[in-house]
Amino acid sequence: MKHTTRKATRHISQNEGLIFEKSSPGKAAWKLPPLDVPEVDTAKLLGSQERKDLGVMPEVSEIEIIRHFTRLSTWNYAIDLGMFPLGSCTMKYNPRVNEFVSRVEGIANGHPYQPEKISQGALRILKTLSDCLIEITGMDAITLQPAAGAHGELTGLLMVRAYHQSKGNPRKKVLIPDSAHGTNPATAATAGYAVENLKSNDRGMVDVDALVAQMNEDVAALMVTNPNTLGVFEHDIHKIAEIMHAKGGLLYMDGANMNALVGKARPGDFGVDLMHLNLHKTFSTPHGGGGPGSGPVAIKKILEPFLPIPTVITKSDGTLGFDYNRPQSVGRVRAFYGNFGMFVRALAYILANGPDGLRQTTEDAVLNANYIRKGLEGVYDLPYKTPSMHEVVFSDKVQSKRGVRTMDLAKRLIDYGFHPYTTAFPLIVPGALMIEPTESEPKEELDLFIEAMKSIAEEVEEDPQFVLDAPHNTRISRLDEVGAARKPILRWKPGNA
Amino acid sequence: MLKAIGVRSVDDLFSPIPAEFRLHRDLDIPRQMAESEIVDWFKKRAQENAEGYTSFLGAGAYNHYRPVVIDALVQRGEFLTSYTPYQAEFAQGTLQAIFEFQTMVSELTGMDLANASMYDGSTGAAEAVMMACRITGRNGAVVARTLHPEYREVIATYAANQNIPVKAVDYVASGRIDSRALEAAIGDDTACVLIQSPNFFGTIEDIEAIAGITHKRGALLVVSIAEAVSLGIVEPPRAADIVSMEAQSFGVPVGFGGPYCGVLATKDKYVRQMPGRLAGQTVDKKGKRGFVLTLATREQHIRREKATSNICTNQALVALMVNIFMTVYGKVGLRELAKQNLAKAAYAASQFGKHAKVKFGSAPRFNEFVVETSEDPYAIHNRLLGHKIVGGLPLKKFYPELGNAALWCCTELTTRSMIDTAVGLTADSERADRTMREVEEEEVAR
Repeated sequence: MKHTTRKATRHISQNEGLIFEKSSPGKAAWKLPPLDVPEVDTAKLLGSQERKDLGVMPEVSEIEIIRHFTRLSTWNYAIDLGMFPLGSCTMKYNPRVNEFVSRVEGIANGHPYQPEKISQGALRILKTLSDCLIEITGMDAITLQPAAGAHGELTGLLMVRAYHQSKGNPRKKVLIPDSAHGTNPATAATAGYAVENLKSNDRGMVDVDALVAQMNEDVAALMVTNPNTLGVFEHDIHKIAEIMHAKGGLLYMDGANMNALVGKARPGDFGVDLMHLNLHKTFSTPHGGGGPGSGPVAIKKILEPFLPIPTVITKSDGTLGFDYNRPQSVGRVRAFYGNFGMFVRALAYILANGPDGLRQTTEDAVLNANYIRKGLEGVYDLPYKTPSMHEVVFSDKVQSKRGVRTMDLAKRLIDYGFHPYTTAFPLIVPGALMIEPTESEPKEELDLFIEAMKSIAEEVEEDPQFVLDAPHNTRISRLDEVGAARKPILRWKPGNA
Repeated sequence: MLKAIGVRSVDDLFSPIPAEFRLHRDLDIPRQMAESEIVDWFKKRAQENAEGYTSFLGAGAYNHYRPVVIDALVQRGEFLTSYTPYQAEFAQGTLQAIFEFQTMVSELTGMDLANASMYDGSTGAAEAVMMACRITGRNGAVVARTLHPEYREVIATYAANQNIPVKAVDYVASGRIDSRALEAAIGDDTACVLIQSPNFFGTIEDIEAIAGITHKRGALLVVSIAEAVSLGIVEPPRAADIVSMEAQSFGVPVGFGGPYCGVLATKDKYVRQMPGRLAGQTVDKKGKRGFVLTLATREQHIRREKATSNICTNQALVALMVNIFMTVYGKVGLRELAKQNLAKAAYAASQFGKHAKVKFGSAPRFNEFVVETSEDPYAIHNRLLGHKIVGGLPLKKFYPELGNAALWCCTELTTRSMIDTAVGLTADSERADRTMREVEEEEVAR
């Protein structure tokens, strides 16, 4: 007998082809106003540059478009449907007031090049958010320009390079713990640094002795995630900072896990020189199926001369403006001022919480993770017994003896009505199950999740093949990923079904 | 819950943080607000902004009409609050939408394939340069000065840290790139030539000719498109090797500069050097069509420091706006939309031309044009602001040699009366100016 789930039931979902397969000449969902200026002779204006045909672009009606995308949407899982326990991704509730205020006319329609005197509202939003984030991180200054976390990392490392360059030597290497996100080494390479791995100790933390041995004048910075990807707070973080600083290096913090710290501890207070934030994680802006994100970089005073241009300043008359005159700046990392719409949403979140709400949020996030840890300890292997903060990492050690791996467990979790946790990461835990519930989940949802995970563990004992064949209740079963990569089909063409 | 966990207080859970680094006070940020207060706060900020103004600004951020179905659909929680579709069985909606986006972008740009999005047009252009270096094994870029100045700045930032030398090539009197200077600038170490078309002045480049010059020297041609609506009526850069497009024009709010939607498109043979996510078609165990993120071995979460780019999060929800916009206008609507843009700009340029000098008239252009006045454009700006009109972008800041020139943009939303008012207010001063000059000349003559 197969276990049942209280959370999800199968229901009818609509089939839907590609939009191109619904297209036929004459259907339209658009209408332009009558032209109030003289018609132009396109051939005369454009000559050989005139385009005559738009190929396979679709022709469909408005109701077809509404149904098309609505049907597609029902094939997705989302935070709005339930717990989304992806570790390190902080899939928290995305408040709707954020969406509302980002669409207020005057905020949604401002042009980046409109004169500063009619941009004071936008500048005030930039300034207020900057001030809040500086206070939350305990740093001295910030740039909001980077478009996502990895872009923030890059911006940070460019500032690191500029800082060392100003001292006469940009240095060669960046140290990165083996538990780090993949973006860290990729970013270091993009910033022109060689990557040197730093191993973790048996408690899942940075091995301080190894750091002492590896730290020298060739090392520009250490990129550390804190709490790290095991959800463990780096207890020796201040010592780590001292080791870095003693040899002239800088301590970079990946702020992906800032949801464990806001209002409870500030990286600036424990020795971090610079860090990025993910507004789409900690500050509730929606993930939107993979973006847009926003990755502000907060820094200590020593790095301020190197901030990207422009920065926001208060002018002598009290109005706000942009400062482009920063000769030591690393330059620009993005056109205009960054993902402004995300700043609006993040600020709305901060205002909705205030100091007490933000602290409570962090406490609830850590409480929820520990509740799950307690509920699943003994059922799944816990490779590191070190106390968890906002996320907990189990392994598939017990279940893999029956041939069932973390990805298989994850696929079966889909049948139970939950999005999978993060699988096979961090790399230092073979067969990792990385679970981050966030503060958004009520106890009832957490209990359902624990029940589902326990039930799956039982299924592994009773009938491992059933779990290996999961998911069973989705529209489609497991997809042929190898085939997709071997002969890539990356676009629709007439005739290919 | 505390009891279940076995701790006495929530604070016990924070004991892993050394006591001296725990915050024992409230954060010094604004107090908690009710929803009504939050809405009020932002409405006040909106009033301090250019609320209720009409604008002739373009320059990489275009004010086109956004069909209401876009926001109705992208605000569905299943799109808004979902994650990157790594778990394909539970994210087919997002994946199929990306596949359709890739199809339409590759069709519109005249390329074989496109990725799922980049942050924006500026970072996309920088990534395209790095991609060209990987493909050719060369290390250098030649960039047109008529590429958006802020894109050039971003490329300079990326290139400096990758040790990629970047050479700039000037424009000629037509507003197009100086092809002789271009030919001279390309060397054996040039990985790519990067131009924008329509370029920053609104001028459409002769892509075929530039591709000829570029390919002759074994370099790749990268074409940046900042005004996507142009693709409805302007021949796409089929001779390019990589197209980097900013798709903001397709249904994305101008929104003070972001979030926007960059995207790279290229030839089939270069797909494995492409940065960013790609959705591909495949089948499930029962043979049913489905979509997955594919070719992930290019990406940072697999390859770490050997990845093609460090990009992770992209602009998925904005790409969905673009996707819906392209679907709404489609094969016929996009052309008609582009035609209206062309007509409005042509009318405005002809009207301005009666009173001031419209520069770069000899090459075709799309919906932007450069007007040179004898009066400082900032002064004209101030006069227009009194009528709640934001005038064209003064170019002095980016192109000192252009003096009093400004870049004006018209879209389908620019009305004839708006154009006539702006021309009238510009002409007033020009006439006054001319009269003054005539008076002075007469005085000199006397």
